[in-house]
Amino acid sequence: MFNNFPLWPDRASTAAGNVDALFIFLLIVSGLMTLLIFVAIVYFAARYRHRPGVLAEQIEGSTPLEITWSIIPLGVFMVIFVWGAVVYFKSRTPPRDSTEVYVVAKQWMWKLEHAEGQREINELHVPVGRDVKLIMTSQDVIHSFFVPAFRMKQDVVPGRYTVAWFHATKVGTYHLFCTQYCGTQHSGMIGDIVVMDPAQYEAWMSGGSTGPLSASGEKIFAELGCATCHRSDTQGRGPNLQGVFGKPVQLEDGRMVTADENYVRESILDPGSKIVKGFKPVMPTFQGLVSEEQLNALVAYVKSLAQPGAPGTKTAMAEPSGGSSQAQPQGSKVQ
Amino acid sequence: MATATTQPVERENYLNKEYGVGSWLLTTDHKRIALLYLISITFFFFIGGFFALLIRLELLTPASDLVQADTYNKLFTMHGQVMVFFFLIPSIPAVLGNFLVPMMIGAKDLAFPRINLLSWYIYIVAGILILHCMLTGGVDTGWTFYTPFSTAFSNTKVIEAGLAIFVSGFSSILTGLNFVVTIHRMRAPGMTWSRLPLFIWAHYATSIIQILGTPVIAITLVLVVAERALHLGIFDPKLGGDPLLFQHLFWFYSHPAVYIMILPSMGVVTEIIACFSRKRIFGYSFVAFSSIAIAVFGFLVWAHHMFVAGISVYAAVIFSILSYAVAVPSAVKVFNWTATLYKGSIHYDAPMLYAFGFLGLFTMGGLTGLFLAALGVNVHVHDTYFVIAHFHYIMVGGAVMGYLGGMHFWWPKISGKLYPEGWARLAALIVFIGFNLTFFPQFVLGYLGMPRRYADYSHMPEFQVLNVLSTAGATVLGVGYLLPMLYFLWSMRYGKPAPDNPWNAAGLEWKSTSPPPTFNFEEEPVVTWEAYNYDELDAPNKQEVPIVG
Amino acid sequence: MSDSSVAVHGETNDPALRHHFATEEQQRNASSLGMWIFLGTEVMFFGGLFCAYLIYRHSYFGDFGAASKSIDAALGGTNTAVLICSSLTVVLAIWAAQTAQRTLMIAMLILTMLFGLAFLGIKGKEYKDKFVEHHVPGASFSFEHEEIPGHPDQFANPQHAEIFFALYFIMTGLHALHMIVGLGIFTWLLIMAWKGRFTPHYHTPLEIGGLYWHFVDIVWIYLFPLLYLIDRHP
Repeated sequence: MFNNFPLWPDRASTAAGNVDALFIFLLIVSGLMTLLIFVAIVYFAARYRHRPGVLAEQIEGSTPLEITWSIIPLGVFMVIFVWGAVVYFKSRTPPRDSTEVYVVAKQWMWKLEHAEGQREINELHVPVGRDVKLIMTSQDVIHSFFVPAFRMKQDVVPGRYTVAWFHATKVGTYHLFCTQYCGTQHSGMIGDIVVMDPAQYEAWMSGGSTGPLSASGEKIFAELGCATCHRSDTQGRGPNLQGVFGKPVQLEDGRMVTADENYVRESILDPGSKIVKGFKPVMPTFQGLVSEEQLNALVAYVKSLAQPGAPGTKTAMAEPSGGSSQAQPQGSKVQ
Repeated sequence: MATATTQPVERENYLNKEYGVGSWLLTTDHKRIALLYLISITFFFFIGGFFALLIRLELLTPASDLVQADTYNKLFTMHGQVMVFFFLIPSIPAVLGNFLVPMMIGAKDLAFPRINLLSWYIYIVAGILILHCMLTGGVDTGWTFYTPFSTAFSNTKVIEAGLAIFVSGFSSILTGLNFVVTIHRMRAPGMTWSRLPLFIWAHYATSIIQILGTPVIAITLVLVVAERALHLGIFDPKLGGDPLLFQHLFWFYSHPAVYIMILPSMGVVTEIIACFSRKRIFGYSFVAFSSIAIAVFGFLVWAHHMFVAGISVYAAVIFSILSYAVAVPSAVKVFNWTATLYKGSIHYDAPMLYAFGFLGLFTMGGLTGLFLAALGVNVHVHDTYFVIAHFHYIMVGGAVMGYLGGMHFWWPKISGKLYPEGWARLAALIVFIGFNLTFFPQFVLGYLGMPRRYADYSHMPEFQVLNVLSTAGATVLGVGYLLPMLYFLWSMRYGKPAPDNPWNAAGLEWKSTSPPPTFNFEEEPVVTWEAYNYDELDAPNKQEVPIVG
Repeated sequence: MSDSSVAVHGETNDPALRHHFATEEQQRNASSLGMWIFLGTEVMFFGGLFCAYLIYRHSYFGDFGAASKSIDAALGGTNTAVLICSSLTVVLAIWAAQTAQRTLMIAMLILTMLFGLAFLGIKGKEYKDKFVEHHVPGASFSFEHEEIPGHPDQFANPQHAEIFFALYFIMTGLHALHMIVGLGIFTWLLIMAWKGRFTPHYHTPLEIGGLYWHFVDIVWIYLFPLLYLIDRHP
């Protein structure tokens, strides 16, 4: 399209194609429907224009017609619904082994930290052709992480993690917008997603990192004295965290939850809400004592314990949802 | 003794029965109350429109150079609040509904005339509160008041704005209550449910929503005000609360609210299309039941505003499928209106031009609703200009067109004067063109990714051309809205006197004089004919159908 | 200007019949339907609060249990009995009107109002207790070291308890406000009754006032177990 006057956004992710296909289908269906109605109206208005002496024909209605034009649109709507739901499911299910980036939103900037340790402000460098999962929270109000070129959007909510993912397909720089109104500089809370080819990305990665996030997490874990209770054996006053992440956990009150990012976060900030079976409710709360970035590091560290020995970032869970049980998501957050 | 003049002696009617400010401010006549509302909502329409003008002017250039960011944030917030709560929600029910509901069913007044007046005073109190709020600093939370921004971060007059809207809700509730009781209990003899004009069915459905939905936003605002004033933690995660709970409570009302805004307009359009096609609406029962279906289903879809808010995938799927269900009755109505034109005898008077405009624009707006209900697409276009275009197509292209069409259709009845038809047709055309130019580019802007509520887009200059087109359209639209104001006022003094039934329309209101007497009918009508009896009205050897049994 | 009533049984020019109604029956039915619909809006109004309360109760069960334990169920139970009695006296007042027993009607109206005042008085005592114990949300709120019922080794989260109390005060406060409005309505009804406005033939204001009072009673009957009786251990 025109450079200064684009009519269609860039397509730079695998999701973009899927969303565009559905959108174009909707355009066609709506276009046809609009045309149909417009033509009918114009034709009837002209053809049946008032002529002296010609009376209107009183037609009560036609039940078969009513049923037809209820069922057919309903059928078309159901096709659109299913198609939309499929695209949505995909967009909300990060693949296993995605590269992870932790995002902390605050008025009015984006703070990002790669699992490997690089920190960025308002910019996110990613390699083309790789699944990237964003684990996001806000320090203050609700924001929203929106990359039009990826057709990707997810609200970033204070008090919990929300997750989004993308798979970039085109090298380039793309807009990042905050798209949930968040105060004075809402329109200034923008940035860039820089998609690089893998070699360039590796080069960029090797410059200026403070070590992987999980290593920072390990340090904080020690500094805050977590290791006193969470020992790597069964003697601790708190559960052994080795291999816990991503697995189901049985709680004192009988519930079964999955140890995902939100579960770990909640356990640090509100330990009394989910006591593991067989343990006493003695863990103190760290609310107010850890920043969002420190929480991210701790979560990354606990994740790394899932594979003892490997500083890996394997995730077993599709998306954190406040500790999901087998039947349906539970937890302290309204679904 | 009357002297011999060419002018008939002016009969006593509701306008000239009594003069004086007191007779207006203490009236219990539903027709006078309708006019009190007309003046008030027109006032707020122009305030909301003024804010819109400033927004569009700011967006002419990418930089935030006309107003500061904080001011811009207040502008879009107050544009939304004023337009939704002080214009759209009252508009048709409080003006046309108040005027016409009793007349259409053959009653002398609404069931509770004093409560009707009370509802206007409540609206005025709310209006004073919101004006005061705007003049002493304004509010910048967006009309949606999302927490924790509104409860714990905004530095503006959130409490006052919340209270103003809380108060305005009671005006809406009382209007709805009055209509439901009136329609149930005060129909004239012979006016069975299936003989009711579809305008009445539409207002009945609207009233159900007003009654059941508005209290929920009321309590939600109470909680927001309490939280902000007392530093509670109901919606604040830092204090153990849940910001999503606010969203659920807010949208539980605010989604059905959009049906409050569109259903009355659908009722108006039905009356106009029947009259200017000279035939009964195609599929009367289907249109009637569609109104009720929309009201009922409208309560089940609220979380389609929250697909990316962090709700579970399963919840999203349920709300998406329900949103498609609610689209079906609206589609059915569009088909029925179009089918009514078939083999009709169509006149192109101004009300009908507005009805045509409604049909086209509501169809487009409704179809874009399908886009938004599709989960996969919603993720991309949520919180962008696509949504803004969608709801303006329905609320402005739909509801306001219907409102204007209705004002033109019933103006002779209300004022006893005829408006100038030529100017009216011109205004309808200007509005239609201006509207499309304003809002169609916004669909493109939205898909491109331009977020809502952005004062500044200097990093995205590629958005400018479409914004300029939109602002140009807004100017044209503004002219289109100014014209009716001017010529309606003109007609009150210089317009030709209107006959009782200038359109030869069906409906009990047309059997009364223009303007009607205070108690609507000389004697209580007895209805023996079906609604939309245009065959009888247009019959060559027409017998005047007696209305008194 | 016509009183165009369809004259049935010779009931024209009844002062209680307002001009826009054709018959008294129509007027009575309209008033009654109007009050029922208004009560419907009140159900939705309280409903939003109940919804918020139930959601948090589910999420923070233990903390809410601990907080609930600290409000006085005996006082709450007494209030429940008081309100139920007051609904009885309302019904008796209406029956007295229907059977032309003026003295009984006035006595029952007064008794109803006394019960209402008693309710408010007991509520006031409860609020005062909460104030003294620093359970009123705000700067001086304190809820440390309160055991969760059934979990003697676990203390309630004060933040979550504060949410309980915030909802407790808003819900019971809103209810009390409705009681006060009810007392105002009954004052007016009492005056009308005293002036002899109510007859077996016409006592619609009593009936719809009674409807309102019963509704306020029913809201309390839901509030009481939800707030006071959760997870009560002996």
